[in-house]
Amino acid sequence: VTDQAQLLPGTLDLLILRAVSLGPLHGYGVLLRIGQISGNALLIEQGALYPGLFRLVRQGLLKARWGTSDNNRRAKFYELTAAGRKRLREETENWNRLATAIGAALAVQPEEV
Amino acid sequence: MRLLDSLRFRIATLFRRSQMNAEMEDELRSHIQHRADDLERSGLSRAEAERRARIEFGGQARFKDECHEAAGGTLVESLLRDVRLAIRMLRKSPGFTAVAVVTLALGIGANAVVFGVLNALILRPLNVPQAQSLYGIERGSDKAVNQSYPDYLDLRDRNRSFDDLAAYNIASVGLDTGNNPSGAWTLEVTGNYFDALGIQPYLGRFFHGADEHGPNSAPYIVLTYAFWHSHFQDDRGVVGRIVQLNKHPFTILGVAPSEFRGTLLFVFPDFWVPIVNQEQVEGTNVLNARGNRGILMVLGHLKAGVTPAKAVADLNSIGSYLEKTYPKDDGQMTFSLARPGLSGDWLGGPLRAFLTGLMLLAGLILLAACANLGSLFAARAADRSREVAVRLALGSSPLRILRQLFTEAVLISLIGGAVGLWGSVVLLRELSVWQPLPTAPVQVLVTPDANVYGVALLLSLASGFLFGAVPVRQVLHTDPYQVIKSGSTGKLGRRITLRDLLLVGQIAICAVLVTSSLVAVRGLVRSLHSSFGFEPQNAMVVETDPSMAGYSGDRAPAMQKRMIDAVQTIPGVKSVGLVDRLPLYYGANSSNVFTDKTTDLRPANAAAEAVMYNISPEYFDAARTSLLAGRTLSWHDDKHSPRVAVVNREFASKIFGSATNAVGRYYKAEDGSRIQVVGIVEDGKYASLAEDPRPAMFFPILQSPSSGTSLVVRSNGDPQQLAAAIKSTLRDLDAGLPFTIRAWNQELESALFPSRMATLSLGVLGVMGAMLSITGIFGMAAYSVSKRLRELGIRVALGAQRREVLQAALGRAFKLLAFGSAAGLLLGMLASRVLASIVYQATPRDPLVLAGVVLAMLLLGLVATWIPAQRALSIDPAILLREE
Repeated sequence: VTDQAQLLPGTLDLLILRAVSLGPLHGYGVLLRIGQISGNALLIEQGALYPGLFRLVRQGLLKARWGTSDNNRRAKFYELTAAGRKRLREETENWNRLATAIGAALAVQPEEV
Repeated sequence: MRLLDSLRFRIATLFRRSQMNAEMEDELRSHIQHRADDLERSGLSRAEAERRARIEFGGQARFKDECHEAAGGTLVESLLRDVRLAIRMLRKSPGFTAVAVVTLALGIGANAVVFGVLNALILRPLNVPQAQSLYGIERGSDKAVNQSYPDYLDLRDRNRSFDDLAAYNIASVGLDTGNNPSGAWTLEVTGNYFDALGIQPYLGRFFHGADEHGPNSAPYIVLTYAFWHSHFQDDRGVVGRIVQLNKHPFTILGVAPSEFRGTLLFVFPDFWVPIVNQEQVEGTNVLNARGNRGILMVLGHLKAGVTPAKAVADLNSIGSYLEKTYPKDDGQMTFSLARPGLSGDWLGGPLRAFLTGLMLLAGLILLAACANLGSLFAARAADRSREVAVRLALGSSPLRILRQLFTEAVLISLIGGAVGLWGSVVLLRELSVWQPLPTAPVQVLVTPDANVYGVALLLSLASGFLFGAVPVRQVLHTDPYQVIKSGSTGKLGRRITLRDLLLVGQIAICAVLVTSSLVAVRGLVRSLHSSFGFEPQNAMVVETDPSMAGYSGDRAPAMQKRMIDAVQTIPGVKSVGLVDRLPLYYGANSSNVFTDKTTDLRPANAAAEAVMYNISPEYFDAARTSLLAGRTLSWHDDKHSPRVAVVNREFASKIFGSATNAVGRYYKAEDGSRIQVVGIVEDGKYASLAEDPRPAMFFPILQSPSSGTSLVVRSNGDPQQLAAAIKSTLRDLDAGLPFTIRAWNQELESALFPSRMATLSLGVLGVMGAMLSITGIFGMAAYSVSKRLRELGIRVALGAQRREVLQAALGRAFKLLAFGSAAGLLLGMLASRVLASIVYQATPRDPLVLAGVVLAMLLLGLVATWIPAQRALSIDPAILLREE
């Protein structure tokens, strides 16, 4: 657990959107999916996920309905709305721009300045 | 309908909330079960798996809260949550809560009381329709409200600015409704009074302008609702009944509505009578005397569209006409307008200034309370810095923490405000039924209304935000890592902090209050011991009026002489004197006097305005007024002998240049008659205790008769026995004559009333200010000692002396105290100037006051720092250092 990275503020929402974009998921499923797609490198407190989900529902980026899970248990499933899909596209571009810029800045060698 | 809607909405919200809660719980439970399923698959038992899953999930309550917020929980919901948490926090520290609530209750209570009085007397208009266009007329540069009746008629008939002008006067009369003659207070009013004010009768009818047909032509009475209720038991058959007023038959026309109690805000008459019947009501008739300004006030509604400035211009043009036409009677006839309820600026001015000053002081008290609570909150926030740091570290937003702090502050202020308001409402109710002066129908009706409640609520909220804001910067600058690492906020800065400034301000406010209350107390004591020009001790006063029993003309002085002679025979009575109106008893009559050489007797040429009394020869003896030169008056100074007067020293030196050679010389009265001075008496106080020496003249009652009768009875005997004896003696003379008997000291209440009230209210505020300062300094000193215990312990271990420890621990507190006291003393001296108009000789340049303030502040500092000092001195370095 110790080598897991702290989440940057604001990145949780992006991760949730990305996880849900791959198919409808219930809350615990979102956690598992994030773990899966990030190679278990990110630390997310289990309970902290839910305020994020509620926030995204309120912003109209996700919609939720009750259904039955693979374990044959009742669960609330989340999926992307059209607005959610659009937001995910924008946020992904933003992130890539930022990551490229920061990566470039950090890669600079003294003699290149 | 609207109520139903709002109810339905509320139920829907509640329903939605509980539904949301259930759903959220379902979802979280589902999460834990799924996790437990996974854990179970890895080999744990079901029970162990579920336990582990719950632990991994973390604080459910907190996440549920955050989910609510994320889902856009309503404002009310999150507020309720904050309030619940705040109540929990406050319950945890009951001491802190109690101190804060009491402090605020005092501060807000004081404000509510002062505002209640201000609201009732200054802000609220008279209870008449369209009160905002109702104005009273003031005359001259000294803003006198009294006018003469002929002048009133001219103003009424010649102006083009008022719908109508009415006038009134106060008088005390004897009323006999069967066989119970008793004194009562009446407003003598012009016939158009009720119509001009727009009042409709509750019962029967009112009299009108058309009912006036010359002197004594309208023997009618209109009762106030209160008097009808108390004296006629709500008997609706009272209309048309004939009662005896000063032995003259008057017909009761009707009853006024209960909300209309006359045109003054603090004097409440029992009934109204037409002023054309003045001769029957007062025994004398001055309706034709243009120079006699016996009408208390002229008032009326401005016409629609007429501004006060236009009305004043209109009145002034009438004034200059009057000056030209009646130069002998009408001096400076310029006019201004004032609110009528407090008899214009004469009383309204000083009262307004005093109440405004009091309001300011009360506001300062509240500010001091807020400063105090602000420091308490800041200290509390510092002590809670660990909790705040942990919450910040756990991802709570600073905004959320601030909201929580503010909720706590506002909650405290609302509780404090409620307690304070409750106290002030009780106090105001008491004040409203209180009759401060035994001999006059004076009452201060200050029942709190919506305004008072609103102001209290507003002040509570404002002070909550004010002291809640003090720790904001501290919280925003909290660095969670630093706090958690080092264990405390660490630095106790040497620089001046906001908290220090607040404390200095608070001490200064306290010093202002202490200074002004000491100034007031000193002034009061001085006025109690100053020379009145008479001796109120060991004297009884009988107040009556022969005209109340029908004695008029020459029969009145004869009856007065019989009363004096009868009372004189009572065993134990040393001397009995008569005066038409006691000095220091609701003002004094005065008139212009002229030097003997003056021939043009217009007011501008007057040598002085002298107070005048009509007395019996024995009055000076009975009142113990010492004769300085010449002789006193005698019963031989009657209508058949030349007019004489005894004057006071001030009169003598003002008119004749010196007191010694005035005896035997002449001066002229307003009517031009020459009056010889036969004696000089000492100066005294006549209209108010705060007045400068005034010229006064005393006339023999046989030469200038007056029906006003106050018998001063001097005796060393038991007052109660004496009163009983006087009572039976006067009953024997005439059973139909109403009278009252009191000790002279008691009668002086009215004169001392304003300065007493001023001193009392300042004293109360001063004590409150002192209490707040003590808690403030105590809090600061205790906090600084506890924060520096370790440092002090090291100092002690290194061999510091007690004095040095104290200096280190409390030096700062005392420095702040000294600084604040000095600032407060200076401000207090400035504020005392306002006091001088109410309290006799209120001067801050009084060594006793200065010493008193310094001593009081020093004492205050000692009391406040005593416990922290003890704590600092009892430091045992060994224990202290081991603990850390």
